Amino acid sequence: MKYFSQVKAALFVASLFPLLRLSWFAFSDQLGANPIELITRSLGTWTLVFLLITLSITPLRKLSGWNWLIKLRRMAGLFAFFYALLHFITYIWLDQFFDLSSIYKDVIKRPFITIGFAAFILLIPLAVTSTNAMMKKLGGKNWQILHRLVYLIAVFAVVHYWWLVKKDLTQPIIYATVLAVLLGYRLWASKNRQKLVKAL
Amino acid sequence: MLIKKPDDIKSSEITDKQLYLSRRDFISATTRSLGVLATGMAAPSLLLGSKEAEASTATKLGNLRKSKLSTDDKLTPYKDVTSYNNFYEFGTDKYSPAQLAHTLNPRPWTISVEGEVKHKKTYDIDALLKLAPLEERIYRLRCVEGWSMVIPWVGFSLSELIKQVEPNSNAKFVEFLSLQDTKQMPGQRSSVLDWPYVEGLRIDEAMNPLTILAVGLYGEVLPNQNGAPVRLVAPWKYGFKNAKSIVKIRFSSTPTASSWMKANPNEYGYFANVNPTVDHPRWSQAKERRIGEFLKRETLMFNGYSEQVASMYSGMDLRKFF
Repeated sequence: MKYFSQVKAALFVASLFPLLRLSWFAFSDQLGANPIELITRSLGTWTLVFLLITLSITPLRKLSGWNWLIKLRRMAGLFAFFYALLHFITYIWLDQFFDLSSIYKDVIKRPFITIGFAAFILLIPLAVTSTNAMMKKLGGKNWQILHRLVYLIAVFAVVHYWWLVKKDLTQPIIYATVLAVLLGYRLWASKNRQKLVKAL
Repeated sequence: MLIKKPDDIKSSEITDKQLYLSRRDFISATTRSLGVLATGMAAPSLLLGSKEAEASTATKLGNLRKSKLSTDDKLTPYKDVTSYNNFYEFGTDKYSPAQLAHTLNPRPWTISVEGEVKHKKTYDIDALLKLAPLEERIYRLRCVEGWSMVIPWVGFSLSELIKQVEPNSNAKFVEFLSLQDTKQMPGQRSSVLDWPYVEGLRIDEAMNPLTILAVGLYGEVLPNQNGAPVRLVAPWKYGFKNAKSIVKIRFSSTPTASSWMKANPNEYGYFANVNPTVDHPRWSQAKERRIGEFLKRETLMFNGYSEQVASMYSGMDLRKFF
């Protein structure tokens, strides 16, 4: 693609929008009655959005034939990690204020926190091995196997949201549906590949 | 305390009410159309709405008696009390009621008293306001979600009404029904709860001096998003027990399952007393965040009202009767 680097730079800036928006709210006193809740939820929501964007790149590329899309996947994935990290920091700092015993109890006793915590921990090795050097070191095959963890992480993230909601599941259902389509596409594509292999 | 001088704005200077209402329609419609990501997006336009509401034409409720039952905890700002509400009849987002509740019409309004009482009757809201002298009751409010506020309610003890209608000996429980009208309460188009909203108290809880029917806050008529024109406040219980926009009070010999009990019987019980030692199945109830404060504080047994209410539950297993 001709203007790829410009497009990528523009998408990088656009991906910072959720953070800039929250900063603006904080600056202009628009975080509402419960600022910590709003910040935590917003960062969690954007983590989910970036996870789903990351997972939609391969299907979009296959369906459209735009191979340059693959070069955006790492950036999308790293933004998912970036927002997950901010979400996590908000929880331990602003929400719990480093009350380690209370955090420990939450992680052990509250299934929605347990699974959210697990999703975050699992994201760390993916972020660490996202560089070209690490990709080479691990070897393409191993790297790919490791990075398939993102499927599990995305499922955990949606379940984390599902379990925390008091009653109205509308939003979690939307994310679950999008994720089901994205994972379903992969199952369907891999079945087709197997058929093709057999036919040949 | 927020004390506004009456008549310091000429009526001609106040924006025409229709115009002001239609503006909020526009704001809320725009917000809703933002769609999927609206959870995070709802806040900014909403705050616009609440600032306007502050300058609205709320009516003062005249001379109010002070009460010994009031707490001297620092009040939660009016803006927060009236913009951060759980009122599922106007959407499940806490910022929605302040934006959407203008469709509720609290006049004319009647409250019927039915069931096991000597004098079944229907009160007009204006008659109800004169049933007993209005008092200011500054109470803590603890939401089951883990946040709390301190609100200067205006109202009178529910016992005043109960004494007037004279329950008979079968009356062991009192049920409170909120309005059901999808035109006035658009959130009821969703089946997120079983409408109308139902809550209940045991008769001794209803007679407790702490339990009030609230008709106002901050010295003014109750804003729609806070449950106009009349709502229940039982401050030692989680906030959801406080039925809003009440149209019916029914005395009965058996307890009725509340809307939240029907929605999730493992998570919400009949009593719903604030209790830091009995966790919600999915989260801890040991601490709470007071709106406006940064650090969480310890939640108090019965929300700090043990002295007034603990004796009603002596001998009861509060883990079982949660």
